[in-house]
Amino acid sequence: MSETDPGTGADSTLAEAFADGPAFVPYLVAGDPDFETSREYLEALDRGGADVIELGLPFSEPIAEGPTIQSAIVRALEAGMTPDRFFELAESLDVDASLVCMTYYNLVYQYGTETGPRPFVERAAEAGIEGLVVPDLPAEEADELRAACDEFGLDLIFIVAPTTDGERLERMRELVSGYVYVQARLGTTGARNDVSDQTSSSLDRLADWEVPKAVGFGISSGEHAERIVAGGADGIIVGSALVDVVAEGVETERPVRETATRLEELARELAEGAVAGARKNRPEPEGQ
Amino acid sequence: MSSDATFGEYGGQYVPEALMPAIEELTDAYERYVLENEDGFVDEFRERLRDFGGRPTPIQRADQLSERYDADVYLKREDLLHGGAHKLNNALGQVLLAKYMGKERIIAETGAGQHGTATAMACAHLDMPCEIYMGRTDVNRQRPNVFRMRINGAEVNPVDVGRGTLKEAISETMRDWAGSVEHTHYVIGSVVGPHPFPTMVRDFQAVISEEARDQLRERTGGLPDAVLACAGGGSNTMGTFHHFVPDDGSEAAPDGGDRVDLYAVEAGGSSLSVDEEAGVAPNSASLSTGEEGLLHGARTKLLQDSDGQIMESHSVSAGLDYAGVGPELARLVDDGRVSPVNVDDEAALEAFHRLSRTEGIIPALESAHALGFLEERIVEEGESLGDTILLTVSGRGDKDLETVIEESGDRNLDAAPSMDVFREGQR
Repeated sequence: MSETDPGTGADSTLAEAFADGPAFVPYLVAGDPDFETSREYLEALDRGGADVIELGLPFSEPIAEGPTIQSAIVRALEAGMTPDRFFELAESLDVDASLVCMTYYNLVYQYGTETGPRPFVERAAEAGIEGLVVPDLPAEEADELRAACDEFGLDLIFIVAPTTDGERLERMRELVSGYVYVQARLGTTGARNDVSDQTSSSLDRLADWEVPKAVGFGISSGEHAERIVAGGADGIIVGSALVDVVAEGVETERPVRETATRLEELARELAEGAVAGARKNRPEPEGQ
Repeated sequence: MSSDATFGEYGGQYVPEALMPAIEELTDAYERYVLENEDGFVDEFRERLRDFGGRPTPIQRADQLSERYDADVYLKREDLLHGGAHKLNNALGQVLLAKYMGKERIIAETGAGQHGTATAMACAHLDMPCEIYMGRTDVNRQRPNVFRMRINGAEVNPVDVGRGTLKEAISETMRDWAGSVEHTHYVIGSVVGPHPFPTMVRDFQAVISEEARDQLRERTGGLPDAVLACAGGGSNTMGTFHHFVPDDGSEAAPDGGDRVDLYAVEAGGSSLSVDEEAGVAPNSASLSTGEEGLLHGARTKLLQDSDGQIMESHSVSAGLDYAGVGPELARLVDDGRVSPVNVDDEAALEAFHRLSRTEGIIPALESAHALGFLEERIVEEGESLGDTILLTVSGRGDKDLETVIEESGDRNLDAAPSMDVFREGQR
């Protein structure tokens, strides 16, 4: 893919991952709890049915994350995760899913010998990363990164919050490619036991966008996944519920293989839930 | 007052999407109420600063220091502001603004506890619920302020992440805000964070230089040759410098072009060297040694490793212990208008004792850094800073007594009560 087409998702392999039914997009922090274990867990998610994997590159001040992912970031940093190791991990993965990097802008900006996003994006492309999510980079500041992504054929995914509207929404629509990350509720990341009404109104506002809409923040079960997709989402993004499984494995010193099996099972449940949601072919606003 | 969103390449708004509407709402409120005095906001702010805060604070000629440094040394006494530090200027401004905006709850972060204390006081004064986030390390080393916050009715939430200092507390407060933006205002404690905070906080703190400039002219008929202020995040610094920035010696400068040299005194900590492997900078000198990057919503000068991870900083003064600095200050340093200098923990402690013994003023450890620079530059290096020097005592040192007495174990303080007794009294 030499060029993306912002706003439509055409020519994007990430958008293609949504073409054959709802996409399941799991997230884990790269290097949590360490490099080798992390690779096993990511491959388990792939076996469980991941279409796209969001790989978190840990930053020391993750202001958009809740306590679950923040703790995972601390574990990964303490185990020596760096941007260079992150790219090595991406390159070493044996997965069918597409890879997206989720990180904060300072790491993107500082990578390489010159400042600016270009060296990071170039290296990401070389490592097989197909898209970026940068939660602290608002659309207003994203021109430089968009240009670098265009140059190296990466998608740039934006997060639409329940509070995003007006000119900001239009600006994002112009810049986004691959898929749009629909934040299901206000707040930081974290697994919840309910599904927010804010999700359906967010999806309504994006109804005529041509990129696929993936909903994230708070999804933790197959049933959630089913309701979200039945409510009109093209895919689901699940982070904290999976990171919780990793954390539990660390805390209880469970064998790596056992945790990997649990991740694969939860992934399968979530992916199947999404598919079940898609079968309900009369989408209604969820939660009603 | 102006509403700059960026200062050259610095500043901006780098925050999660969920916060953008709150930032836009705040920008709009700042422009209407603070810049245009809608509904008489500025009048009420000034009245409350006077009646509740005790403004104007005096400038005082420090006679012993003046003799020691062979110059007229004037102290701007922000330690005499209600609450004991300049922080009230900003906290009162922001809590009042939140009221005008119809917000129902206040959250804030604090390092040394002075901002938390000022916010708790302003909230009690203006009848607003208040929650303060404070790193666990700082809770332990600044307990008097923790008690003051609680006594004023605020909840104090210790933050256990990382090293448990200011940067962790800021991140935690931003997280709270991301989930509560509709009814909550986040009172950022310094000239840091996304626009409009750096500009707005500066405007609230600029009362320091506005008063000091007038007071000094009235007293001496002229301007100071040098102005010194300690710099952590930079709110005291920008507040002290703001009305002197135009006095740059150019033809366009006011009052016939006198130049006023501006010195931002940072915490040199125990060393200016950096342990990149451990991700630790044993100092908080981001203006002197940091590099451009993005932290807590703004592009500014930061202590970071070569990957862009933010380093743990250090200062004996919890109030200066921050890995970033305000974007406007970063710009003024790049422009050559502000000189970034630093003194280490030891020099700050010496200066703390010197001012306490010679002038009867116990300064905050933050301010002691600025005082330490006078000693280093004039006595140790034998250089002059000019005939008239203005230095802001940003706060009083009561909050730092426990730290100072522990750090000064070899300073012959036999007459001081045993710290064990002090601790028992706190439990």
